[in-house]
Amino acid sequence: MTIGLEDYLVVSMLLFCLGLLGVILRRNILIIYMGLELMLNAANLALVACSRFNNNLDGQVFVFFIITVAAAEVAVGLALIVALYRKRQTAHVEDLTSLKN
Amino acid sequence: MKLEALPWLILFLPLLAAAVITLFTRHKRNLSAGISIGAVVTGFGLSLIFVKLSSWQPNPPETAVTWLALGDFKVDLGLRFDPLSLLMLLIVTGVASAIHIYSWGYMRDDRGFSRYFACLSLFTFSMLGIVLANNFIELFIFWELVGVSSYLLIGFWFERPAAADAGKKAFLTNRLGDFGFLLGILTVWSTLRSLNFADLRETLAAHPQALGPLATVAGLLIFCGAMGKSAQFPLHVWLPDAMEGPTPVSALIHAATMVAAGVYMLCRVFFLLDIPGSHALEVISWVGGITAMLSAVIAVQQNDIKRILAYSTLSQLGYMVMGVGLGGPTQAMFHLTTHAFFKALLFLGAGSIILALHHEQDIWKMGGLRQKMPTTFWTFLVGTLALAGIPPLSGFYSKDVILALAAEQHAYGRFVLGAAVAVLTAFYMFRLVFVVFFSAPRSESPGHARESPAVITWPLKALAVFSIVAGFIGVENLYRSQFGAVGTERAVTTTQQIAAPFVEAPLAAGFGILAAAIGMLAAYSIYAKAAADPLPEKLGALSRAMRNRFYFDEFYEATFIRFHDLLAAVAAWIDRWIIGGLVTFTHGTTELTGRALRLLQTGNLQAYAFLFAFGVALVLFLVLR
Repeated sequence: MTIGLEDYLVVSMLLFCLGLLGVILRRNILIIYMGLELMLNAANLALVACSRFNNNLDGQVFVFFIITVAAAEVAVGLALIVALYRKRQTAHVEDLTSLKN
Repeated sequence: MKLEALPWLILFLPLLAAAVITLFTRHKRNLSAGISIGAVVTGFGLSLIFVKLSSWQPNPPETAVTWLALGDFKVDLGLRFDPLSLLMLLIVTGVASAIHIYSWGYMRDDRGFSRYFACLSLFTFSMLGIVLANNFIELFIFWELVGVSSYLLIGFWFERPAAADAGKKAFLTNRLGDFGFLLGILTVWSTLRSLNFADLRETLAAHPQALGPLATVAGLLIFCGAMGKSAQFPLHVWLPDAMEGPTPVSALIHAATMVAAGVYMLCRVFFLLDIPGSHALEVISWVGGITAMLSAVIAVQQNDIKRILAYSTLSQLGYMVMGVGLGGPTQAMFHLTTHAFFKALLFLGAGSIILALHHEQDIWKMGGLRQKMPTTFWTFLVGTLALAGIPPLSGFYSKDVILALAAEQHAYGRFVLGAAVAVLTAFYMFRLVFVVFFSAPRSESPGHARESPAVITWPLKALAVFSIVAGFIGVENLYRSQFGAVGTERAVTTTQQIAAPFVEAPLAAGFGILAAAIGMLAAYSIYAKAAADPLPEKLGALSRAMRNRFYFDEFYEATFIRFHDLLAAVAAWIDRWIIGGLVTFTHGTTELTGRALRLLQTGNLQAYAFLFAFGVALVLFLVLR
C-alpha cells in the first residue's frame, strides 16, 4: 500500500479540526493559542504535501514564510497573554468578557 | 504720486481708521476720535486736491481692478470720476468732516465713544464707495455696507429697546427695497450683458430699445432700491424711527448722505430710466410727489424736534425723487447738494439744543432759547430760511429749479403738489422756530440752557455759510455738464446766478416765494404767542391722524407683519413636525436596529471563533457545492 496525497490531506484535515475544536472548546487562553498553532501547522502539512505531489517548490517556500511569521506571532501573542494575566490575574476566556454588548 | 492713487486713498482711509479703532484703540477715547476725524478730514483735503486737478469730463477714464471673473461675467472694483461723483465726493467728505468734529463734542460723555467713531468711519467708507462705484455690483455691495453701518449707528444705544427696534426696522425695510434692486440689476445683466455704467450708457445710447419690453420693469425694480434707501412711500416708515440714533448720526446718515444715496443712484443710472417707451419715470415722479406731500403733512403735527426734521427730510427727498422722475437729474442733484448742507445744519442745531437741555426733545417744553443760545439760533434760522426757500439762500434755488421743471414739462398736478409742499415746509419749520426760540420758556430746563462749546458751534457756522451760498456758486452748472445741456444757456457769473430763477422761470420763482411767505405768516399768526399747540382742537381727528403718522405703522403691523407671523408659524410647524419628524424617524430606526444587534455581542471569544468557523464552513459549502 502506497501513501498518496489523499492520506496527507486527511491527516492535515484531522489536525486542523483538532486545532479548531481546541480553540472553540478549551477555556485556558494558552491552550487556545496552542490550538491555533496546530491549525497553522495543519495548513503547512497540506501545502508541503501538495508541493511534493506537484513537483513544485512554491508551496514549500510558502511554508517557510508561514513558519517565520508564526514564530513572530507567537512572540507577540505570548507577550500579550502575559500582559493580560498580569493585569487580570486570570487566563480563562470566560473571565475576559469586557467587550460584552 | 500718481493722480489715480488719490481717490483710492480717500476711499480706504476711513476703513483703515475703523479697523485701527476696533482692533487697537478701543479704550483710548481721544485717540480713537482723533484717528477717525483725521481720516475723514484728510479725505476731504485730498478730495479738494483731486477735484482741483480733475478734468470734469462727463466720461473720464476709469481706474479699475478685476475683482471677480466667471466666464463672461466680470465684476470690477473700479472708480469713476465724472462731475456727478466728484461733487458727491466733496459733499460727503465735507459734511462728514463737519459732523465728525461736531460728534467729538456731542458724544463726549458716552461710554461707547470709540465704537461710535469706528461705526462712523465705516459708514463714511461705505458711502464713498457708493459715490465712486463704476458698476452695479460694486454699487450694490457698498449699498449694503451703508445699510449695515446705518443699522449699527441707529441701534448705537442698543440698551434702549426703542433704539434696537428702530435699527432692525430700518435694516429690514431697506432689505425689502434692496431685494427689488437686486432683481433690477439681474434684469439689466440678463438683457444687456454688462453692469458697467459707462458700457450700459453706450449700449443704450446706440440702441435705445435694447431693454425691449423690460424697460419699465427694470427701471421700477431699480427704483425699489432707491425707495428703500431714500425712504420713499410706501417704505418711508423706517426713517422717522431712525431718529433713535445719536443726533450727529441723524444729521450725517439720515439727512445728508445715506438717504441721498437713493437719489444719487437714480441720477447715476438715469440713462436706464430715460428710455423711450419706459413709464418708470412717471411712476417715480408721482411716488416722489406723494411722499413729499404726505410727510410734509405729518410733520405739521409732530412735537419731537428730531421727528419734525425727519419728516422734513422725507419730504425733501420726495422732492428730489420727483425731480428725477420729471426728467431732471441735474435739478434733483442740485437740491440734494443744498439739502445736504442745510439739513445737516438743522440736525446739528437740534443736537446742540438737545444737548443744552439734557436730552429734552419735546418742542413744547422748550422756548425762549434765542437769547440763551445765540449762535445756535442764528445758524438754525439760516437753515430754516434755506429749507423754506427764501432767496437768496440755497434752498430757494434748488427748489425753484424743480418747480420750474414741473411747469416746463406741463406737469401741473405735480407743480401744484410741489408748491403746496413748499407752503407746508415753511409752515412747520417756522412753527418749530417760533416754539423753540421765541416766547417764554415752557419748562424748567430752557431757563438754565447755555450755548454749546466751540467744537459744536464751529461746524454749525461752516455749514451755515454753505447753506447760504450753495445756490449760486455754480453747483448746478457742474451737474448740468454731466447730464448734458437740457435747458437753455445758463448763467455764468455770480450775479447772473443769483438772478437766474427770476429771469428764466418767473412763474416758478414767484410761486416759490409766495408759498414760503404764506407758510411763514401762517406759522407766525398761530404759533408766535402760543403756549400750547392750538391745531389739535381746530383740526380734531385730522390732527390726531397726523400725530399718529396716518397709522402707517399700525396698518403694516396689522397686515404685513401679521401675515408674515402667520407664514412663520406655518413654516415652524412644518419644520418641527414634518421635516423634524423625518429626522426623528431616521435616527429612531437606526437606534432600534443598533440595540437589537447589540444582543449578539456576548463578549465571549470562543463564541466569536465558533461563529467565524461556522460562517467559513457555510461559505465553503455554498461555493464548493
